[in-house]
Amino acid sequence: MKRAPLLLFLAAMVAVLALASLLIGPAGAGPVASLKALWGGEGPLGIVLREIRAPRAVLGVMLGVSLGLSGAALQGYLRNPLAEPGLIGISAAAALGAVIAIQAGVSTLGLGVPAAGLAGALGGVGLILLLAGRGGSGLGLILGGIAVSALAGALTALVLNLSPNPFAAYDIMFWTMGSLADRSWGHVLTALPLMGLGWAVLLRTGRDLDALSLGEEAAASMGVDLAALRLKVVLGAAAAVGAATAVAGAVGFVGLVVPHLLRGAVGAMPSRLLPAAALGGAALVLTADIAVRLIMPERDLKLGVMMALVGAPVFLHLIWRTQVGK
Amino acid sequence: MSLSLRDLTVRRGGRVVVDRVSLEVAPGSFVGLIGPNGAGKTTLMRAALGLIAAEGVSDLAALPPARRARHAAWLPQAREIAWPIPVEPLVRLGRRTDPDRRADGPAVAEAMAAMEVTHLRDRPATELSGGELARVLIARLLAQRTPLILADEPVAGLDPAHQFAVMALFSRLAAEGRTVIASIHDLTLAARFCERLVLMGAGGRIVADGPPAQVLTAERLQQVFGVGGSFLPTPAGPVFVTLPPPPSSPAPAPPDPADP
Repeated sequence: MKRAPLLLFLAAMVAVLALASLLIGPAGAGPVASLKALWGGEGPLGIVLREIRAPRAVLGVMLGVSLGLSGAALQGYLRNPLAEPGLIGISAAAALGAVIAIQAGVSTLGLGVPAAGLAGALGGVGLILLLAGRGGSGLGLILGGIAVSALAGALTALVLNLSPNPFAAYDIMFWTMGSLADRSWGHVLTALPLMGLGWAVLLRTGRDLDALSLGEEAAASMGVDLAALRLKVVLGAAAAVGAATAVAGAVGFVGLVVPHLLRGAVGAMPSRLLPAAALGGAALVLTADIAVRLIMPERDLKLGVMMALVGAPVFLHLIWRTQVGK
Repeated sequence: MSLSLRDLTVRRGGRVVVDRVSLEVAPGSFVGLIGPNGAGKTTLMRAALGLIAAEGVSDLAALPPARRARHAAWLPQAREIAWPIPVEPLVRLGRRTDPDRRADGPAVAEAMAAMEVTHLRDRPATELSGGELARVLIARLLAQRTPLILADEPVAGLDPAHQFAVMALFSRLAAEGRTVIASIHDLTLAARFCERLVLMGAGGRIVADGPPAQVLTAERLQQVFGVGGSFLPTPAGPVFVTLPPPPSSPAPAPPDPADP
């Protein structure tokens, strides 16, 4: 099918949206002045562009790629269009790490919270591997993810429950809504190594996921090592999503909706869906992050809230359309 | 290389499903694996491929998975397709094991032509009828171009013309020197196209192994399947038909609870 044109189109869309993300913000400078300031401009506008808007745009791309890619890989592995990155419990585990750090008094502006989020994600990965690394089926992975999610969710609630500090509880509540506001290059560098590792692992699962479309038995007979594939998908998604949640909080729906939207355009083949969903995820996150700045510039509308507000109706519409189409 | 099994045994939850099966299949033969439901036909083929753990020796299961996939293709009974993938790329999935990319195009075209699915090439596989999907999946199997083919009930759900076509194709592949082992429930088709039948009975044991006329005897049919049957002369040669069990037959009667 028209594979390269679609990827080129998506890449162009991401580039345009990233540029728009650089040019839109409360500083209110014109586009030309902003671009000039970006390339070595001195003064406050240069600092705003290079130290606030640029990392925000880059982080938006990274977040979208992580969520879109993980969603596509998990749907491919579980052979279920309802799978999404939150399913394996890593977002909840990363959130727990971050919440404990906030409760302990770490500022939400620094890198202590993302670091704690990463630690939480790693703990979650360890648990999942313990549950999913011993062979077994996709069902075991889903149940393991639900268990890890429930445990992390309960511990997060416990922290809030016992919190003696109402301001920390307030911070926790806002942090978990998910946002790209006030992120720095430090956040980008904190997340990038683990995310990059996750992307590299996930992008290499395409051929095996294709064979898995025929069922586990047929795939195994064609030489797919199912245990190794499962490990790659779980580790890759956990690394990408864990790092994403650690720096940006919990942002839902991207990993669920983007593979769904693009599946038809790539002929449904999982290996072709992976790169398309990565770029599509980036485009969606950038769009939403621009929208939160345009809709309510003076209020801090959270990215995760925006995504759920728009994502849920879009998803309902998709379900409606596919059900009526049958 | 043919297929060679020695004392292959599979246990599931303490129960023996395949019991010390030894089997030698020479290149160029089309073997029909027959037997009642639950006799262990599918399990035997899975164990022979090394897809499930088994005791005993299977020369196929001893190969590393990637090499085995170039030697043997497997058609599972479940016809599942997870995504609305169009027919041609679906058939092409069978090519993943062959390092020779130049052979992909001809192999896919040939397999689709053999199964008469070329006209469906752009249709999503999830929108096909059951029989069409079955043919597309057999095309995937053929596209793998392996010397050995194992198929689990390949003709179930096909219309009569395509049942004949698939069986005739397998028999032609065998004549060309490839080996086909297929489990088949339709004894008429099995007797007509396979030069050798392997009959499995309850408990996963091989009860009989040989040419159809020797395997499908009245006593064995009665004993293993609980039905009668015989070869009837027709204009197209002798045809095997199954018949209802004779009225006096003692076999498969439910156990009498009053019996001490």
